Amino acid sequence: MKKMSLLLSTVCMILISATVSFASGTVKIGALFAVTGPASFLGEPEKRTLELLVKEANAKGGINGTTLEAVIYDTGGDATKAVQLATKLIKDDKVSVIIGPSTTGESMAVIPVAEKWKIPLISCAAGIKITDPVKQWVFKTPANDHIAAGKILNYMAGKKQNNIALLTVTDGFGASGREQIKALAKQKGFNIVADEVYGPKDTDMTAQLTKIRGIKPDAIICWGTNPGPAVITKNVKQLGINTPLYMSHGVASKKYIELAGAASAEGVMLPAGKLAIYDALPKGDSQYKMLKEYDNSFKKTYGTEASTFGGYAYDAFLLVTNAIKKNGSTPEQIRAGVEQASKLVSISGVFTMTPKDHNGLDLSAFEMVKIVKGDWALLK
Amino acid sequence: MQLDQILQYTLSGLSTGAIYALIGIGFSIIYNATGIINFAQGEFVMLGGLFTLTGLQLLHLPLWASVPFSITATTVIGILFERLAIRPLRQPTPLNLVIITIGCSILIRGLAMLFWGKDTHAIQSFSGDNPIAIGGATILPQHIWILVVTLIIIAINKFYFYHTISGKAMRACSYNRRAAGLVGIDVRRMVLFSFIISSAMGAVAGIIVAPLTMTAYDVGVMLGLKGFCAAIIGGMSSGISTVIGGLILGVLESLGAGLISSGYKDAIAFIILLLILFIRPQGLFGKADSERV
Repeated sequence: MKKMSLLLSTVCMILISATVSFASGTVKIGALFAVTGPASFLGEPEKRTLELLVKEANAKGGINGTTLEAVIYDTGGDATKAVQLATKLIKDDKVSVIIGPSTTGESMAVIPVAEKWKIPLISCAAGIKITDPVKQWVFKTPANDHIAAGKILNYMAGKKQNNIALLTVTDGFGASGREQIKALAKQKGFNIVADEVYGPKDTDMTAQLTKIRGIKPDAIICWGTNPGPAVITKNVKQLGINTPLYMSHGVASKKYIELAGAASAEGVMLPAGKLAIYDALPKGDSQYKMLKEYDNSFKKTYGTEASTFGGYAYDAFLLVTNAIKKNGSTPEQIRAGVEQASKLVSISGVFTMTPKDHNGLDLSAFEMVKIVKGDWALLK
Repeated sequence: MQLDQILQYTLSGLSTGAIYALIGIGFSIIYNATGIINFAQGEFVMLGGLFTLTGLQLLHLPLWASVPFSITATTVIGILFERLAIRPLRQPTPLNLVIITIGCSILIRGLAMLFWGKDTHAIQSFSGDNPIAIGGATILPQHIWILVVTLIIIAINKFYFYHTISGKAMRACSYNRRAAGLVGIDVRRMVLFSFIISSAMGAVAGIIVAPLTMTAYDVGVMLGLKGFCAAIIGGMSSGISTVIGGLILGVLESLGAGLISSGYKDAIAFIILLLILFIRPQGLFGKADSERV
């Protein structure tokens, strides 16, 4: 009996030491995504993208010979849960870097944890607060809302459209867009003549639009994610409003055209991330090849089109692997490597991080497009 | 100009209000037959829209066939709901039943999310998208569909409750369940009927509104709440006062959004709900002890 237990414990020892030696050849990438819950439209493509990329990278022999292991947890879009899971990733799973969370609220909640344990956090949420002011251990991949807003206002300035009517959704995305546009409009000398809002679940916005029609602005800017903007597009058509209509990058997908109907969406203009419109890009564009490959392999694996949101996880993955290639795989080496990223061509744009800019994207991350006959046409 | 705007607000409000009314009547019918508020009513609306989508896209049925398909499918779910969740309950106190309906609504929504996914879906309009001008205001052909269908359903309802045996039996149940049972009315069957009628009506509401508002697994929540408001304003009657309740709610929301501030649109609906509950719990038109049919 005693022999038996001795044998068993020896076997156990061997097994444990085997795992340890195995672990030294892998880098653990932690990820927190809102795979279920209200933000699942963000988390689901992010999770799928990361799984796909890790699989692809390992099939090619890993990064510099080290295999990658993704530990992905579902936060359900809940900030409290995100914090608990972040702690779990760091303490139990001993990850070297965390990708995510998917939403701004969760990211803000997780930041103190990452800073305390000195683990780099690469958020996939768009809120400007995440990297402004800059925090040593925190990065984010989606472009700031004010870049998209700036893109619209620059275009409008060229068309001499000075009086803007705003119609924004009453959630985090709409509120942030509303603030950014107002601030930028003031800087650039535009007039906000109407400032209307609608609820994310509203089904009829003719009341707001009738009011806007009465004010006769030069342009309407609507800031929201589906389905609201699609309803608004239909309402605009119904009311016979001919004022130019601008949408945010939040609806830069074919889904929006499908929901609003090609006839109603005709002529709507918006800043789009390049993934949504890569077909319309000139072939010489530096991102073209990568966008096409990502979309194709995503389609092949999951049967649906790749979305901008999945692209955020792609960017984060690329920043991390780029850093591992250059520097090494400890948290500090990854952090430094991400910060040194320069002209890194990815999905959301071309990243150039500096110690003062932990987002690394500029106006070139978006293209202004117009919807023509149910498809995107680049605006110059 | 100002007059144009008010006309537009009113017309928009009336067409949204008609939807609230249809959903509200669904609430009242079940309430009158069983004494419970069926919080899964909004899910029937959602199912109506999504089953139509299935008919159109998966089964490739034409629109005229998808609509009855969707109503039937939703009604089957309504029947299953009553059979599996409401009827087996040993101690059917109103509170238990209400909690069950809330549970079922979450279950139905979850299943719908798995089945149809989380995306929003568009459904084609019944007769085109060319706006119709009335005075200085415009509405869509779909709005006319909504108003006409609502009127037809109210007429059918009226006929059913006042001129058919089972309709009269259902009214009897709402006056006094025990007495109705004593005179030989099968109360349980009436409860089943009430679920059939209100799930079918919910489905109709969901179908006619889907081309305008689009549909997704979670549209039932807000529409259900607004329909509930309409029913409360109407004093839980399954007749004309709930319709008026819905229309008042729709118009006030629309006028409030246009003339005061669009930020308060939902607040307006719920403030009305609270005021009615505080001041006139019997509804805007009810006498203190009104008949609730």
